Amino acid sequence: MSSQVIEIDCRGLLCPEPVIRVRKVLEQIEKGTVVAFVDAGAPKENVSRMAKSMGYYVEIEQIEDGFKITIKK
Amino acid sequence: MRWGTSPVVVLAGSIFGILAVLLSKLGNPPNMGVCVACFLRDISGALGLHSAAKVQYMRPEIVGFVLGAYTAALLFGEFKPRGGSSPLIRFLLGVILMFGALVFLGCPVRMLLRLSGGDMTALGGLLGWLTGVYIGVQFFKGGFTLGASSSLRPVNGYVLHIFFVVVLVINLVVPTMMYRSAEGPGSMHAHWFVSLLFGFIVGALAQRGRLCFAGAFRDIFIIGDAHLFWGAVSFFITALIANIALGQFHFGVSNQPVAHSSHLWNFAGMLLAGICAVLIGGCPLRQLVLAGEGNADSALTVFGMLFGAALAHNLNIVATPDTSSSIGGPSIHGKVCILIAICIVVALANSCRERI
Repeated sequence: MSSQVIEIDCRGLLCPEPVIRVRKVLEQIEKGTVVAFVDAGAPKENVSRMAKSMGYYVEIEQIEDGFKITIKK
Repeated sequence: MRWGTSPVVVLAGSIFGILAVLLSKLGNPPNMGVCVACFLRDISGALGLHSAAKVQYMRPEIVGFVLGAYTAALLFGEFKPRGGSSPLIRFLLGVILMFGALVFLGCPVRMLLRLSGGDMTALGGLLGWLTGVYIGVQFFKGGFTLGASSSLRPVNGYVLHIFFVVVLVINLVVPTMMYRSAEGPGSMHAHWFVSLLFGFIVGALAQRGRLCFAGAFRDIFIIGDAHLFWGAVSFFITALIANIALGQFHFGVSNQPVAHSSHLWNFAGMLLAGICAVLIGGCPLRQLVLAGEGNADSALTVFGMLFGAALAHNLNIVATPDTSSSIGGPSIHGKVCILIAICIVVALANSCRERI
């Protein structure tokens, strides 16, 4: 089964939307990569913590307008 | 269920709990060392937006929260002026949240402070808060969104800061320009500098620790994450210990300071407040912190709460405390308002859904 890469932009969203949206996308794919763009602060911490707790590989990169979180399922 | 947390969250909650109790010892009302709802209501009174003479005072703690959060955000590169996420709906939800809080006679911070002081009338409020947060979570799971905010010109991120600083300075330099209670809870306050300093410390800690008394339970309901929950727990435990140590613990289920024992309406008021808090992204304290970080939508929510406090008093929505001879609670106006407001919020939440 081919891996897919899905990008989701959660910048500008307050809690709990970033976590809910990213988790929904993760639940919809069997295998692949989700690239989430989030704001600094609670969104970055909550999304990365959630993905790590689900056992996925998480990579966080600071970008000009927030953070890019790459989650590999 | 994930039970882990971070030291910052626990430290922030713990220090907040101690400072909140100390503020009562230093002059703030009993079991009200910190109450974002009550304090915004007091500021509303100081500005003359309502005429309830016993609750008019320019609370420096609120200013401290915003400035402390701002300073912490700036130092750590998290000050970001943004807005445009359904601002008017957020304003309205701030108004309605205040209705609920003033029927309970407190925000969720005060809810825990009351419990830590032995005031068991707050238990109904806690149950209502948990129920409201749970309902708010269900709306989000069903696709509720107020949309994304976007970057704004820097000046937008400073409006609330400047407003509060100006109002505080005027109150200190020309006190006759504002209203100030001569009796009642509005006349009970710590020295302004202590209030401002403690507020600043709490604001900074709350920003770093992302403290939120809605998020503390919301994240458990959504993703089984107790990260923020421990912030609320550490707040409660240190406040309880501090209250006992300072002789401020008085166990009881009625006639508690600035509280009423109409348990159903304590429940209903905080149920309404809980739903609103989740829909707007955090509890009243969190709104002040977000505003401090430059979020103009949260700043507008704070203005909504100021306006809601004025309405609550002017329209007799706010509850009255117990006395030694009678049980307090909301008037018929307050009861009808809460019931209608719950219907309005549910309708609003249903109208703001999008498929995700």
